[in-house]
Amino acid sequence: MRVGVGLPTTVPGTGGSLVIEWARIADEGPFSSLGVLDRLVYDSYEPLLSLAAAAAVTQRVKLATTIVIGPLRNTTVLAKLAATLDALSNGRLVLGLAVGARKDDYEAANVDYRTRGRQLTEQLATLRTMWEDSAIGPKAIRPGGPEIVVGGLSDKGFARMARYTDGYVHGGGPPRAFARAADKARAAWYDAGRPGKPQLWAQGYFAFGEEAAEAGTQYLKDYYAFTGPFAERIAAGLLTTPQAIAQFIRGYEEAGCDELVLFPTVPEIDQLNQLADILNGLGRRAV
Amino acid sequence: MKITILGAGPAGLYCGLLIKKAYPAYEITILERNPRDVTYGWGVVFSDRTLASFQRADYKTYEEISSHFVIWDAIDVHYRDETIRCGGHIIASIGRKQLLNILQRRCDELGIILKFNSEVHELANIDGYDLLIASDGINSVVRKTYASFLKPETTQGKAKYIWLGTAKVLDAFTFIFRENEHGLFQVHAYPSSGTTSTFIVECDEQTWLRAGLDTADEATSITYCEQLFASDLAGARLISNNSKWISFPTLKTKNWHHQNIVLLGDAIHTAHFSIGSGTKLAMEDAIALASALEQHSDIETALNAYEIERKPVVEIFQRAAQESQTYFETIKRYLKLDPMQFTFQLLTRSGRISYDDLRLRDPRYGDSVDRWYAHKASVELQQSEHNTQPLMRHRIAPSPMFAPLHFRSLTIPNRVIAVADGKTGNSDSQQQDGTPGDMYVKQTVNLALSGVGLVMSALTAVSSDGRITPDSLGLYSACHATAWQRIVEAAHTGSSAKIGMQIGHAGRRGATRPRDRGLDRPLREGAWPLLSASPIPYTPFSQIPQEMDAADMERVCDDFVQATRKALEVGFDLLQLHCAHGYLLASFLSPLTNQRTDEYGGSLEQRMRFPLAVFDAVRAAWPTDKPISVAISATDCVPGGSSIDDAVVFATTLKAHGCDIIEVLAGQTTLEGEPPYGRGFLTPLSDRIRNEAGIATIVGGYLTNSNEVNTILAAGRADLCILEQLAT
Repeated sequence: MRVGVGLPTTVPGTGGSLVIEWARIADEGPFSSLGVLDRLVYDSYEPLLSLAAAAAVTQRVKLATTIVIGPLRNTTVLAKLAATLDALSNGRLVLGLAVGARKDDYEAANVDYRTRGRQLTEQLATLRTMWEDSAIGPKAIRPGGPEIVVGGLSDKGFARMARYTDGYVHGGGPPRAFARAADKARAAWYDAGRPGKPQLWAQGYFAFGEEAAEAGTQYLKDYYAFTGPFAERIAAGLLTTPQAIAQFIRGYEEAGCDELVLFPTVPEIDQLNQLADILNGLGRRAV
Repeated sequence: MKITILGAGPAGLYCGLLIKKAYPAYEITILERNPRDVTYGWGVVFSDRTLASFQRADYKTYEEISSHFVIWDAIDVHYRDETIRCGGHIIASIGRKQLLNILQRRCDELGIILKFNSEVHELANIDGYDLLIASDGINSVVRKTYASFLKPETTQGKAKYIWLGTAKVLDAFTFIFRENEHGLFQVHAYPSSGTTSTFIVECDEQTWLRAGLDTADEATSITYCEQLFASDLAGARLISNNSKWISFPTLKTKNWHHQNIVLLGDAIHTAHFSIGSGTKLAMEDAIALASALEQHSDIETALNAYEIERKPVVEIFQRAAQESQTYFETIKRYLKLDPMQFTFQLLTRSGRISYDDLRLRDPRYGDSVDRWYAHKASVELQQSEHNTQPLMRHRIAPSPMFAPLHFRSLTIPNRVIAVADGKTGNSDSQQQDGTPGDMYVKQTVNLALSGVGLVMSALTAVSSDGRITPDSLGLYSACHATAWQRIVEAAHTGSSAKIGMQIGHAGRRGATRPRDRGLDRPLREGAWPLLSASPIPYTPFSQIPQEMDAADMERVCDDFVQATRKALEVGFDLLQLHCAHGYLLASFLSPLTNQRTDEYGGSLEQRMRFPLAVFDAVRAAWPTDKPISVAISATDCVPGGSSIDDAVVFATTLKAHGCDIIEVLAGQTTLEGEPPYGRGFLTPLSDRIRNEAGIATIVGGYLTNSNEVNTILAAGRADLCILEQLAT
């Protein structure tokens, strides 16, 4: 399993220069990827633009959206953005897509919320073909364009993943929740008759130090306030110690995760350095 | 802090006393509508794990409760005049009244205010609390009042049951199955105190109506049951306790608290009585709530923590309860099973207990299951005309997955199938003509040497226009036959595994790009014309297939026959015809994809006509001493599509036409229909087809270990299992 780190682009108060510095340092650290999240009606950065900036200051790390809310963007424009980002980063983009769960984002973008599942399916059905058939440039670095992974927990979501994409991106939670989702993803994949196996991505949140842990908890409760009491559960899952990180990584590795992206909840570069130290201490090197 | 608790059942009392123990200064009042000494219900059961949590939560009541326990470890199944016992299930039971007495005394001792005969009709009538805990049962006033916030949903069970007692002493949890002229009745009975037992009688609604129990009063119902179970009761009477015939209401609730009001136990969730978890879950809720209040000073945070901890646990039990409830509602289909298999099916019905669990709990029972399964396989072999083996009298036997399986003159050495994946392995793209390449040969030989009983080929096209992708495997040219022969010979030489050939025609799912980047993406160039039952494209981007006419049917049928002849020449042991997943033959079966107005469309009988014609032609070309299998989509997973009932009819018809085995698949008929993916997601469908159509089945659905396979086989949910190759 590879371990990546998220950019603090959805943590309110994050300065633009911090995002760039964060990307630069991560590229030199034990991380395999840089992740970004997506939210429209919030004090947050646009994920694809953020990764484009990161692409300019990094050489090595994969650039992953975990996830971008697909239906908020016009499909052809999204194909263009992704192809551009992939070309700028020399094929390092992993495009994670999902429907998201925030009605306000859809309303603000003037996109129908009720049909979001169908819209995402339509996007997935056409993105790959657009890149493959070279109607939308720049020309893909790899044949068929960047890797696509998709999120979602419904039966339809897993079927969609197996039908159109290269893998699954899990929304977060304890390793056993991921393990259940991973079983569903593999079941759908083999049933569809896809060769090989699905790429399984996952994510978690961290904050080190008492003050940071408190701030991180508040941030998660706020970011996920729209989920009601579930926000508490997400906040309770915040990883605050090296021990928690070690066990979390181990749990995900045993459940068959391919890449785990750990997201910051406090916009301080020291948080990134501490995570790098912990991973180094665990003997983890960038892959 | 002032806490009001509604309902003095086990959960309310226990929660009150645990909170009071932690915070003696809190003022806790429990309101109960009944008088102190009136209680309903017989025994309540707890597992050893629940007992351990009682011990940690409050040692004093634990000691008292456990001194009143009846503890046993066996489950007896009385079925067709046989009794099969399986041990090792530590279960403890206590009379509900006894339990309440203990808890009430402890509440009194701790200084909790218990107000009996206090019925609350309107929540407005109670106030002055900082926290309201509702443990007021299935008819909870609180839940009804706050329904719009809590979002409860109730579904009524299909079966009818009555909760009775008896003076008959039992030494095990006892299931009794009895049939009379009205139908099948089952009893769930267990010791509830030293002198009485709980005795729940259940039957389906038709049986209940035929027996006139809908109009029977309590005494008449009891007399009816006493007569029916006379031999089991051995003279003991049945005793009523405010007993009525009811349907089980399953309650699920989205939110478990609202502001400073929280619910627990039956007020917020129920789980079918057949898994005996109602009181256990309620008391565990009480422990979790009390401990959350102890850990978090803020009520909102505590209630969130309680809900977060308990909801997933309860949902797991509710899923198991649902499986168990469905099992009892549809038990009739299992009445053909031998008592050993019937019992194993019953014990593993909820999906919580597996073959390995039962072996661990009772090795003697585990051995008897293995022996029974091996013996049955031996008898089947004995009954075949080609057999030369003596009938085994097993004292030792391997686990079910190692039992051989016999069809016609073929003996598959064990019950595990590996399916080769469809890559031809021709690295040279110029050679993509459907010939299995070196990599495919190597893969098949490796699978044959991996210990499995049968290696099945990937779906192989019967004609070039029947390919899914340009690199699909084929069996329609002399060149293909030569390559396949090399594979079969190499596999047979090196191992005892049997080799199966799976043939099909892609239909409207043909002419697509290789599947490593997705399914059903039409070819950019070089596409060939597609055929289907009706001219409906598979995806909005797909080519519109041509509706097959009589000449097409004749040609396609002949392609299948030619492929069958080649498969025979090549030396395959088994042939499988693919009629699933929306390919050509499947497109005729589903009303979603077959909109023909001729004799090949319309009713199920007419929709089956062409697939059956192909089957008959293939069966005629395939020797009678070799078995044939058909893969079917057991359901389209789309409203208005083919259902499992249609699949049972199709499977029954195929059997009558000489089909030996059905591989059970689901979905993929259209883009919309997808099964609920997960481990073993096809098993329930296989179970129905096997036990209702009476035909052997193959099931996959992401099975990855021997425990899953043994559980499915021993329970009679399938006869062969496809084990997924685990990527390491």
